[in-house]
Amino acid sequence: MHQFLIRRLIQSALLLWLLMTFTFFLTRATPGGPEAAFLENPKIGPEEIARIRERFGLNDPAPVAYMKWLGSAITLDFGRSYYYLRPPLDIIQERIWPTVQLGLTAYVFAFLGIPLGVIAAFHRGKLPDVIIRVFTVLWDSMPSWWTALVLIVILSTTIHWFPQGQGRDGPISWFTHIIIPAMILGLGGTVAFTRYVRSQVLEVLGQDYVRVARAKGLPERIVTTRHILRNSLLPVVTLMGGFLPGLISGAALMEGIFNWPGMGRLYLEAAATRDFPLLLAIITMLTLATLVGMLIADIAYGVVDPRIRLAQR
Amino acid sequence: MTQVTGEPTPSRNGTSTPVSDGEPRRPRPLTPEEEAQQFRVSQGFYARAWGKFRHDRLSMIAAAGIGIVVLITLLGPIVCEFVLRTAPDTIMRMPDGRVAVLQPPGERFLLGTDDLGRDVLTRLLYAGRISLSIGFLVAFISIVVGTAAGLAAGYFGGWVDDLVNAVIQFVFNIPGLFVLIILSVVFQPDVPLLALIFAFFFWPGTARQVRGVAQSVRNLDYVVAAQSLGASNFRIITRHILPNVSNIIMVVAGFDVGGAILGESALSYLGFGVRVPLSSWGNMLSGSIDLFEKAPWLVYPPGAMIFVTVLCVVLLADGLRDALDPRV
Repeated sequence: MHQFLIRRLIQSALLLWLLMTFTFFLTRATPGGPEAAFLENPKIGPEEIARIRERFGLNDPAPVAYMKWLGSAITLDFGRSYYYLRPPLDIIQERIWPTVQLGLTAYVFAFLGIPLGVIAAFHRGKLPDVIIRVFTVLWDSMPSWWTALVLIVILSTTIHWFPQGQGRDGPISWFTHIIIPAMILGLGGTVAFTRYVRSQVLEVLGQDYVRVARAKGLPERIVTTRHILRNSLLPVVTLMGGFLPGLISGAALMEGIFNWPGMGRLYLEAAATRDFPLLLAIITMLTLATLVGMLIADIAYGVVDPRIRLAQR
Repeated sequence: MTQVTGEPTPSRNGTSTPVSDGEPRRPRPLTPEEEAQQFRVSQGFYARAWGKFRHDRLSMIAAAGIGIVVLITLLGPIVCEFVLRTAPDTIMRMPDGRVAVLQPPGERFLLGTDDLGRDVLTRLLYAGRISLSIGFLVAFISIVVGTAAGLAAGYFGGWVDDLVNAVIQFVFNIPGLFVLIILSVVFQPDVPLLALIFAFFFWPGTARQVRGVAQSVRNLDYVVAAQSLGASNFRIITRHILPNVSNIIMVVAGFDVGGAILGESALSYLGFGVRVPLSSWGNMLSGSIDLFEKAPWLVYPPGAMIFVTVLCVVLLADGLRDALDPRV
């Protein structure tokens, strides 16, 4: 277990470093340099630009700037945002909580996939399975953002209201504002969970120990809960981690559409203004969050599943 | 390491999303001609698969659907020029000379006009060319790169396998949309470059699947026999292993096309994908959301096209998976 943990930690750190390096040099490779966004402003003259370059450390050659940036990024200091003129982490702190709320609510919807998958597996080939299958295929073929747009159109034409931004007047307003973006965000996960759970349960159903449990006359309820569900639902823990990158990407889309004041929206704004320090900070922090999430999911899987626990020794 | 039992699954946008349960549809009783076919020795793998596929109604409908979409987008410019007498960037005018801004669908403009007075149908047809070419281009690159990497990893094992696996893990774990956006900001890509960037996120899915099959075939007797006869690695891979992964490749390609069209549309909707004045199904929507109360006809057609296309591609890929499964 320790060895496994250390290996995973090193892998994660390496991945984070690679991504940081990659994105840093990307921003340096922008045609016109990182300061291109300023050049488009006619009010800013040449000496102004020279001052800005000096101030944001853009005069350093790329390798020097990279070492400086990496050195300070390790201490979570990402310089200063071009647009907000503040440390990116401060801005992220203001925006992270709405995204966490959205993500957690989306997970609640994603978990609906577990009972759906179990139902589909137990009624394989019958009506419930077919309905669930149709639903999953349809959902997969529709761009989630388009579904969101259509929902907005429908809501605004029928009840002249649609969720925009975060509800700030009490819990009911909070709930009505979060429910639709979270649902659309989470349904992608619901589909993935449904499929995964279904195939897991089907596999366990065919195992010898299930047949033995039935043959020795155990009540079906016990066979289902102890033998089938316990074995087939454990691997779902890993899928929880696997859903995380997709969730974070999807959150950016939903935040853009529903004006949700979170990290994804912040990132879109930063990309539009080419605010590279902020972009780099967000992408680094998000990757870090993803890696930590996946690591926790993997460790949790090792803890709950004795088969893995033993195999790792 | 964690072990996930169950079939390996292709993936889109970086998460490992199981795309289908891989459960073959129930076999039908054979028709007399099929029974006769079974005894014909010369019938090859693909002929058999086609025989199965032909009787799968849903897949045939899906194939026809894709055919129609491809055909109308290919013929789009001809239709626009000679039938509708429009071009994607022309600003249409009403009979009295006013610019036809936000005209609802009707006799004059079949799908209405947008906020600049351009014909929606014309733009939809031209946008389809862009969206579809990105879809197919991404699938093509993803298949070529992913197959090569997967075959090498699965066949050689050892450090090649470790390296390919590490790269796959790397790509899977990065937040795809965010990196796509930063790449798009930096390079301001045109269509082929955009496809290349997308393919970077798609090939690991292919590679993982191909690797799995290559690994399971590597130690079979006929491969060992070929090795002991002194066949070169290249020959073994291309002659003895590649045919085993060809069916998987087709299936993955289908899902890649669908995934790429969806991904492109999302990125274009956000304004970081295909750039104006080119239109894609995604970027046709990016401005229309602000106008939806005045002009809902701008929202539905591009979304519906994406939906139909991706649905057909996914169904077709699913049907191919069944048809090409030699076990059934």
